[in-house]
Amino acid sequence: MDWSATLNSVIAAAAPLVFATMGETISEKSGVINLSLEGSMRLAAMVGFVVAFWVGHALAGFGAAIAVGAVIAAIIVFGNIRLKINQIAIGFVLFLLAVALASFLGDSFVGERGLRVPPLPIPVLSDIPFFGKVLFDHDLVVYGSFLAIFVTWYLFYRTRAGLSLQGIGERPEGAFARGIPVNKLRALYAIIGGAMVGLSGAAYSLDIKLGWRETLTLNLGWIALAIVIFGGWHPVRVAMGCYLFGILQVAAFELQSVFPGVAQVLPIAPFPLMILALVMIYAGWFARLGDRWPKARGWLISEPPGAIGTIFERE
Amino acid sequence: MTTRTWGSVAVPTVASVGAAFALSALLLWLVGAPPLEAAKLILQGAFGSADKTANTLLAWTPLVLASAGLVVTFAAGMWNIGVEGQIIMGAIFATFAAREIPGPAWVVVTATLIAGAIGGALWALLVGLLRTKGNVNEIFGGLGLDFVAFGLATYLIIGPWSRQGIASTSGTDIFREEAWLPTITLFGASMPVLAVAMAIAATVVVYYLLRGTRLGLRLKTVGKSPRSAYLLGIPNDAYILYAFAIGGALAGIAGTVQATGFHHKLVPAVSGNYGFLGILVVLLAGFSAKWIDPIALFFIAVAAGSTQLDLRLDLDSAFGDVLLTVTVLFVLFGTAIAAQKRRRRATMGAEP
Amino acid sequence: MTLELVDIHKHFGAVRANDGVSFSVEAGELHGLLGENGAGKSTLMNVVSGFIEADSGKVILDGEVLDLRSPADAIAAGIGMLHQDPLVFLPFTVLDNFLLGSPGPERIDRKAGAAELERMSGELGFTFDPDQQARLLTVGERQQLQITRLLWLGAKVLILDEPTTGISATQREQLFFVLKQLADEGLIVLFVSHKLEEVEELCDSVTVMRAGRVVGEATMPVPPSELVAMMFGKVIEAPQRPKPVVGPPVLELTALDVTKGTADLTGFSLTVAAGEVIGLAGLEGSGQRAFLDALAGLVAPDGGTVVLDGSDVTKLSYRQHLAAGVHYLPAGRLEEGLVEGLTIEEHVALTAKEQPFFIDWGEAESEADSAIDDYRIKGTPESTAESLSGGNQQRLLLAMMPADVDLLLMEHPTRGLDLESAEYVWTKILERRDDGTCILFASADLDELLIYSDRILVFFSGRVIKVLDAATADGEELGYLIGGRERS
Repeated sequence: MDWSATLNSVIAAAAPLVFATMGETISEKSGVINLSLEGSMRLAAMVGFVVAFWVGHALAGFGAAIAVGAVIAAIIVFGNIRLKINQIAIGFVLFLLAVALASFLGDSFVGERGLRVPPLPIPVLSDIPFFGKVLFDHDLVVYGSFLAIFVTWYLFYRTRAGLSLQGIGERPEGAFARGIPVNKLRALYAIIGGAMVGLSGAAYSLDIKLGWRETLTLNLGWIALAIVIFGGWHPVRVAMGCYLFGILQVAAFELQSVFPGVAQVLPIAPFPLMILALVMIYAGWFARLGDRWPKARGWLISEPPGAIGTIFERE
Repeated sequence: MTTRTWGSVAVPTVASVGAAFALSALLLWLVGAPPLEAAKLILQGAFGSADKTANTLLAWTPLVLASAGLVVTFAAGMWNIGVEGQIIMGAIFATFAAREIPGPAWVVVTATLIAGAIGGALWALLVGLLRTKGNVNEIFGGLGLDFVAFGLATYLIIGPWSRQGIASTSGTDIFREEAWLPTITLFGASMPVLAVAMAIAATVVVYYLLRGTRLGLRLKTVGKSPRSAYLLGIPNDAYILYAFAIGGALAGIAGTVQATGFHHKLVPAVSGNYGFLGILVVLLAGFSAKWIDPIALFFIAVAAGSTQLDLRLDLDSAFGDVLLTVTVLFVLFGTAIAAQKRRRRATMGAEP
Repeated sequence: MTLELVDIHKHFGAVRANDGVSFSVEAGELHGLLGENGAGKSTLMNVVSGFIEADSGKVILDGEVLDLRSPADAIAAGIGMLHQDPLVFLPFTVLDNFLLGSPGPERIDRKAGAAELERMSGELGFTFDPDQQARLLTVGERQQLQITRLLWLGAKVLILDEPTTGISATQREQLFFVLKQLADEGLIVLFVSHKLEEVEELCDSVTVMRAGRVVGEATMPVPPSELVAMMFGKVIEAPQRPKPVVGPPVLELTALDVTKGTADLTGFSLTVAAGEVIGLAGLEGSGQRAFLDALAGLVAPDGGTVVLDGSDVTKLSYRQHLAAGVHYLPAGRLEEGLVEGLTIEEHVALTAKEQPFFIDWGEAESEADSAIDDYRIKGTPESTAESLSGGNQQRLLLAMMPADVDLLLMEHPTRGLDLESAEYVWTKILERRDDGTCILFASADLDELLIYSDRILVFFSGRVIKVLDAATADGEELGYLIGGRERS
């Protein structure tokens, strides 16, 4: 089996999921859960495809998709921060609305041939045996996904803004007492997260799956939510979760001949893993391991941000 | 002295619904479809003939059952996103009963209904236990189990319960006729009378459970103020589990209806999204059992009628879903704005 | 450099937390702000640190009128506040806690940051392990970290809100040493406290607040009796009341250890007779809540025994305590007692003696009506809990009590109530006493303690420092003890 080709396609196929999970990680780390992911991705994919189709340029499609994701996140933020609507309620309703809109508006575009992002192997680097094919023989979108992982990690752990971001998600009163504008920043990060989710939608319709039909992003929004939890809200671990999922999908495909039906069932694997991860977090396993090996603690900390999902009010 | 006035909830709700309708009418007009014509088509699609009415009622039943179950879990303060999985589990258990339990129709049908209730209740209890013992948020626990249930159904359909020689996701063998949910021929169509009766009964039971029983009152207490409930001596965890068991049982029966009444077999998408739609219904109904029946009927009518839109006005049938979700979104915002105004008036008024 | 507060007003609903507060503090001064709970100290400090906005009034620092709309403005002006709970980010490292929110280049140089932490903390005499998880720091250490941080950020004014609650004696000494050093260096230090001895030891000058106003200012040393008089005002003489008939011992605490929460009790013993009323005096956070929690079974004592009516209830759960005849009324009426959204009728149905599966609403309504009559609750059976005033909420809570209670535990039973309501509430409580119920109640109101208690336990720093006989005690002595001193 040609492992380098397989890994290449795993990484390429996982790129949209990476964008979505990085975006959701940023949003949740600052305290805002965007439950509309599944719908946002679908609607963004559809809009991205259609706009690219009309305008004739993929970039326009990506721009439109990003806008869609950002707008949906903005609605959540407005409803939650200004009107104190429960994040789950509004995210859930927007999920269903976005799915319905995607079907309704995208109906006439099903089956159209779409644009695709051209491949862009990096000269010299892509000639390195094995790793060249795996890492450097992709297109802009995939390289963008690498960048997304790096930028998110760098933001969280190497910048002041990132430290404040973690603060507002963990203990907003503490951040507020330090002069940080909690709600403004939550809105900003949620919208950035939403924009990245939109980007992931376009990555599907314009790069990976090409074209539009209703089942395009099937369940990937939910899978993204699960992976963020499973990865403990840490960008690198979440990204690894995405690639792991990709490998599972490939494995399922390969095992199809041996175990019929595995292909349909294996994609749900992230979910029991997510539940298992949550149980282990609260049972304190990760915390205890982290206490025993303090050096590894950065890698083991998996608790959700302390104030996730909550509304911050001044007085 | 303010008591709970339905005016404080009903007025913004009705106003928001009105606004949503107006917006949808505008949207229709923009895409060149005359709104009144669309409305007429929707009604026709839902109730235009005896057959259509039967289909509408058959679709209405699982939505009402799931919604009734959700009213109970919401009363306990839980977001039971796992309801979809509970419906699927009910369908799976019902399928087992349909295939394995011998006997005349009334025996098998009763068995499928009971099995469905048990399946849904068990799956919901799993979510409840993850929450009470494992501290896993019921939203993510429920979501995860939704997918596990879906995977289980898929596995059964292409594996142990597959049709002879064909392992396909289009479903199992059709159930034997004794297992089908019974209908009565009225006006020339097979009316799902039993199903409708169950739906109405479930609504009434949930309504009185929450309003007139000790169990219901304690459930509501746990949902509104877990801390005070604890101090009053109420075992919160137990009541959360009761809520999940009841909600899951009702969702499970919805699954049975889908399997034995609609599809007459098990398919992977047996839940028909009724779980999630049920959440919308309950949100729109203000979390009260009083309004879920008419609201659910409205939902189904719009959904069923929207297929007509596709045929006649060349509008995607998803328009119905758009209308419904926009309505709920507007109501969420409308009630929140009204609540905000009330809060402001309360703090303004209290000047020293 | 002077910090001037001019005519600060702040109200919350109908409560005037700050009613025209003015005073000033000079640089180099270690200034104490004394007052009992509810005096308005915390509100005032929250205004000065930008946490909340005043309704009117000015804060002037170094001649400049400050526009304080958020903590960011206060920080920019050089005002640093150490909250009673140091607001530390528990899962983050000590270093990240130090750096969070500080200005500087976007790219964090953690090595340089660690060096700064070491330098700054070294100057103050503190030591930290930058990589340690903040969760593992003691309260005192968290405080030290915050102080280090505030000074590093260039605070010119340092406000400390009840800083010595929950820290060790060594840490306290360290803290005082540092504060004196800082005052010498020209900072303005505001020390908010209720502990007389500490204020005497530490402060150069003092402002005393009561009921939202400044009632006195003084330069130390000042005789503590004056401070007590200012803090608590004129305490009335306890009126002669007939000694109630007291029954056999019902509650026996033997060598009780409670070291959870704010309590630091060891080997505490007490016997309470039926019909006896025990008042728990002391400022918030002195251990009364944890003590009451232990007696209610919400927390398990760390040692010793609690015997109620002959049976050992020490290790029993909260629900078992309820079954054994204990009833607990915490101070948060809506948060820890009544259920927001439920009506009076529903509350009555919840706590009815008979609990059949099907609720008879007709009966519940008439029960609610009689409760409303009996306890003079201003409302109808359909009134929701949150629509009732504080006084009526308290009456409803009393109406919900079971008929036979052996031990009634109350936290601030008349807090926020007007005189008439408070008196009526006590009438109903005393009816229980006459039935033989033991009553333990925590209160910040000295008059209430002196009038209604048979004995008073004075809590300070987690311990019971004295048990007073209410009939012979007087307000001044009580004030001293609450402030941590014996009257000499």
